Amino acid sequence: MVNFIWLFFIAVSFVAAILNGRMDALTEAAFEGAKSGVTVSFGLISVMVFWLGLMRIGEDAGLLRKIAVLLQPAVRFLFPDVPKGHPALGYIMSNMSANILGLGNAATPMGIKAMQELQKLNPHKETASAAMCTLLALNTSSITLVPTTLIAIRMTYGSVNPAEIVGTTLAATLVATAAAIAADRWYRHRYNRKPPRDIGRDGPIGAEHDRELPGAPPGAASAGFDQGKGEAIV
Amino acid sequence: MISAWLIPLMIVFIPLYAAFKRIPVYETFIDGAKDGFGTAINIIPHLVGMMVAISMFRASGAMDMLASLIRPLFDGLGIPSEVLPLGLLRPLTGAGSLAFTTELIKTYGPDSLIGRISSTIQGSTDTTLYVLTVYFGAVGIRKSKYALKVGLFSDLVGFFAAIIICLFVFGA
Repeated sequence: MVNFIWLFFIAVSFVAAILNGRMDALTEAAFEGAKSGVTVSFGLISVMVFWLGLMRIGEDAGLLRKIAVLLQPAVRFLFPDVPKGHPALGYIMSNMSANILGLGNAATPMGIKAMQELQKLNPHKETASAAMCTLLALNTSSITLVPTTLIAIRMTYGSVNPAEIVGTTLAATLVATAAAIAADRWYRHRYNRKPPRDIGRDGPIGAEHDRELPGAPPGAASAGFDQGKGEAIV
Repeated sequence: MISAWLIPLMIVFIPLYAAFKRIPVYETFIDGAKDGFGTAINIIPHLVGMMVAISMFRASGAMDMLASLIRPLFDGLGIPSEVLPLGLLRPLTGAGSLAFTTELIKTYGPDSLIGRISSTIQGSTDTTLYVLTVYFGAVGIRKSKYALKVGLFSDLVGFFAAIIICLFVFGA
């Protein structure tokens, strides 16, 4: 898909440049674009270094776990068919809290571990279970508190107030997440899956916060940046 | 309000809380901060590739042609048509939509309405296609059932929510 999009832009540009007689501008734009790519990446260094440093403090102090505990009622509501105390729930909570804090690097391995745990509960190994679809919905629309990348880009281009989009971004992600949850519920009912409620004990919240992804496909981490949500850069 | 307070509060609260938990805050900060450099550097190839494509797209006049096609649809609603391609790009490629957002910010200024709207759109949903591929790929799921539809639907809602919220907060 990315291959197609990239080629599409370049090919269409070439044709449009012929139609508009702008071939000189095209050459200049190509090199100008490459330069912007580097400029923007360098602008990101400051924000990334600072934010990941701050977040490591939060992680080591156990703040991620604290948020995970707060999320527990929401997770029980969203994943009714995962037995209480199942390790999947811990990973799901860690994944959600990492997403909220703008820690894409930590969110992805946790999300993958949650998927692996959910796969153990899944009767049809090649078809996504309802819980898996819910986890995916949460991750594509995840609530974002601090869009670090965008703040950095706005700084690079001289914004008077680079962080002024924090509130609007948070509001927009809340709406998108609500829509994702509603749509997920709707489809779940259409598939007519009755959530069996299992009995179990309360397990520990949020298992280890490893920074590796043992089960990730090769290249999941480096293929990386296409994940995109700015701060969620692998 | 949130925008002005959230980040300073986090910067103060997180180290204070950690110090209370007897964490060596400065050393921990440095340790985590090291990751940031690599993260930013790893983006360079992705961003250079996409910025070249988007920059050419703009300079060739293709972007204007596309915008003028869309304009009649969006003008009535008071939405700047420049941001529409971003809505199409966002679920498909993270680097591509980031490059597009950057191009808009560069052209119109970060504090313009277009700059603010595109920043909010870019920040507010994730690249659905990527998340689907990585998360389901990791456990060998082939049939994603309705997951893609749900993801794309929430992208669509997020896109319009971002526009409406920005129009409301920053004014037309």
